[in-house]
Amino acid sequence: MQTIDKQLLISKLSAFLDSDALLYKEEDLRPYECDGLSAYRRLPMLVALPRNIDEITAIVKTCYQYRIPVIARGAGTGLSGGALPLETGVLLSLARLNRILDIDHENLLATVQPGVRNLAISEAVADSGLYYAPDPSSQIACTIGGNVAENSGGVHCLKYGLTVHNIAQLKIITIEGELLTIGNHALDSAGYDLLALLTGSEGMLGIIVEITVRLLPLPETARVMLAAFDDVELAGTAVSDIIADGIIPAGLEMMDNPAIRAAEDFVHAGYPVDAAAILLCELDGTTAEVSDQMQRVHELLASRGASEIRTAENDAQRQQFWKGRKAAFPAVGRIAPDYYCMDGTIPRKKLPWVLKNITELSASYKLPVANVFHAGDGNLHPLILYDANKPGELERTEEFGGKILELCIEAGGTITGEHGVGMEKIDQMCIQFEDAELQQFHAVKHAFDQHGLLNPGKAVPTLHRCAEFGAMHVHQGQLSHPELERF
Amino acid sequence: MPDLGHLLSEQIRTACNEHQPLVIQGNNSKAFYGNPCEGQTLDVSGHHGIISHEPSELVLTARAGTRLSDVKQTLAERGQMLGFEPPSFGDATLGGTIACNLSGPRRPYAGAARDFVLGCRIINGKGEILQFGGKVMKNVAGYDLARLMSGSMGTLGVLLDISLKVLPIQQQAISLQFELDVKQALQQFANWRQQPLPISAACHDGETLTVRLTGSSVALSSAQQTLGGEALAEGTDFWQQVREHEHDFFQDQRSLWRLSLPATASIDLNDKQFIDWGGAQRWVFSDALVSELRAIAETVGGHAILFRSTQDNDDRFHPLDKAMLAVQQRLKKSFDPERILNRGKMYRQL
Repeated sequence: MQTIDKQLLISKLSAFLDSDALLYKEEDLRPYECDGLSAYRRLPMLVALPRNIDEITAIVKTCYQYRIPVIARGAGTGLSGGALPLETGVLLSLARLNRILDIDHENLLATVQPGVRNLAISEAVADSGLYYAPDPSSQIACTIGGNVAENSGGVHCLKYGLTVHNIAQLKIITIEGELLTIGNHALDSAGYDLLALLTGSEGMLGIIVEITVRLLPLPETARVMLAAFDDVELAGTAVSDIIADGIIPAGLEMMDNPAIRAAEDFVHAGYPVDAAAILLCELDGTTAEVSDQMQRVHELLASRGASEIRTAENDAQRQQFWKGRKAAFPAVGRIAPDYYCMDGTIPRKKLPWVLKNITELSASYKLPVANVFHAGDGNLHPLILYDANKPGELERTEEFGGKILELCIEAGGTITGEHGVGMEKIDQMCIQFEDAELQQFHAVKHAFDQHGLLNPGKAVPTLHRCAEFGAMHVHQGQLSHPELERF
Repeated sequence: MPDLGHLLSEQIRTACNEHQPLVIQGNNSKAFYGNPCEGQTLDVSGHHGIISHEPSELVLTARAGTRLSDVKQTLAERGQMLGFEPPSFGDATLGGTIACNLSGPRRPYAGAARDFVLGCRIINGKGEILQFGGKVMKNVAGYDLARLMSGSMGTLGVLLDISLKVLPIQQQAISLQFELDVKQALQQFANWRQQPLPISAACHDGETLTVRLTGSSVALSSAQQTLGGEALAEGTDFWQQVREHEHDFFQDQRSLWRLSLPATASIDLNDKQFIDWGGAQRWVFSDALVSELRAIAETVGGHAILFRSTQDNDDRFHPLDKAMLAVQQRLKKSFDPERILNRGKMYRQL
């Protein structure tokens, strides 16, 4: 194996990249030092901004030849540090591959480059009455390549699935620089289901260079209902009962009192600030079906002790109902100097148990918590409020956060529902998985990347690693991309 | 029911040490499917039983040897179902269904077997018991090795327990029929696909297009008005016959091919095709050369599986190109280094 220093690598890459496609001065590298998890910062050796698949292939081949790590990056909105650079590695930005290549209306497929923004796909097909269903909250900025790498979710997961359920084909560049087509434009393909394996693989198995997503016809109608409860447990039970009644809402969200108050103070959505919890339930489908289900949900919520039920009468009101929920993260950011966002998923029936334990932990750590919850699919986002300027408070918060993730595992859930492991939750992977399972992950990684050059050190901990610990650390409200909704 | 996980893992460990190939067997309902493969039988049918069903969680966990009919019945008692409407082909087990990734008529509208897999416990080719995924809807911790098991034909691991997302049974169903030729039917599917209609199945047998609508009675009557067509009285029986290959079309002695294609693909065939999945799955009885069917599928961007063969060929699945085969061989090795699990069942090299 040949070794190479930074200068030589620059000259090798400059042979086929334009000067504006290669960044190596410190001031140019600075914007790439972190993704949405800004507590973790590291400068890459250099940043490459290729324009096409040929350039990506050439970069990857060069890196492979000299055993230089390659870290792929989309819009950098990820919340788990998946795109954190390595000082010894090339940060491969896919932002310039931002074209929609083809829209096949009859087969409901759109073929796009990885740097296309999630929302841009739906916007491009809206005139045809179609859309791309997965809607991570950062969809205005996050790119589809990153969505595939993280298997992104969103509010509508319970009904419409995650990214893995909504893609048909990927083109990837392997670490050897080979172009592989995974999947096809049919509903399945020959061989192992690498489409499932690559989705959510956090840039560890290949560089995603083209994606064919599945589109859906826009539902005829979408309506939303807001229900207030005097008791969190009652709200939790109502969630389970709606689903047990055979209704799959398009969105089913829950907020507890601290989150309601913070959101109301911030955006004045008209939420009942004395409620212990509110539920937002969105139903979509044909107009006839939706009005039928709205009635059933209304009756059900009333019989489960809702103190107040409101139905949005028009689209403006529907947006108003959602406004507070969508602003919940920044709203919480206003009431405390810092907050730490968790992302566990639990079986819904364990919600009261988990919330009770979080409340107890909150009291013993003397740190308040606001809970926002994708209740429909059991994805919990407790936000721990703290002040990093108070000595020891960050450490206490991190410890508290770890306890919450352990509660999620104990409840039969998982440490991450949609934000990914990245750097942030790599230590909790040691709790969720046994050694043999982690070894199997490493063996799979080895099958794609025997020298461990693709995004090394992320997602799967080595067996002797389990000591470090990370957090989504929002200092003085300075979250990266503060303009984005986080929910 | 006892958990046979450790017993099976011991058997696999021994086989691994002795380089003894194993042939995984549940209820043997799909003995016809996949390449013939040789080895000692590893009977997993004794590892059966439903471990849990939580209707409000939309999750069912069952052992791989559980009969599909038992799973369906347990779910139906609580108003739920398997969203992918899998065929039983007699007496299939849940494990075999997932290992083959078999889905029925609802597949294009609800998802395939793989889409409903939330987690599973497996034994790899070294005899290690491993658990991936979980029992929750959203889980991005670690690579998605649970879904990878679906369709891997037992060549990566022996399935022990499987957790699936389940769905509520929709209130009503009606089936409508239209007399159309193949070309018109494909166009009709494409038109409907782009509209928000409560369609849950759509097929064409060469002369007649049949579409199933499911939902509330109000939704159905409004959709029926939009679509028109003749109502089919025995809709439930019809779709069961399609799913189980009991429909008249399937009464044929030749080899049965399954072509998985982009839904609008128009193909030139001498033999009659039964179109399911709104165009994306074509069943064809044919004595044509293997290479001919493969070329037809490949030209339109799909793949062709020799689903039931009259001969002992070991090329049932569509060949992979060299680079892809190399990746899949390495992946196989990562789970099953001695290649003892269902050796050659999918591809000679796996």
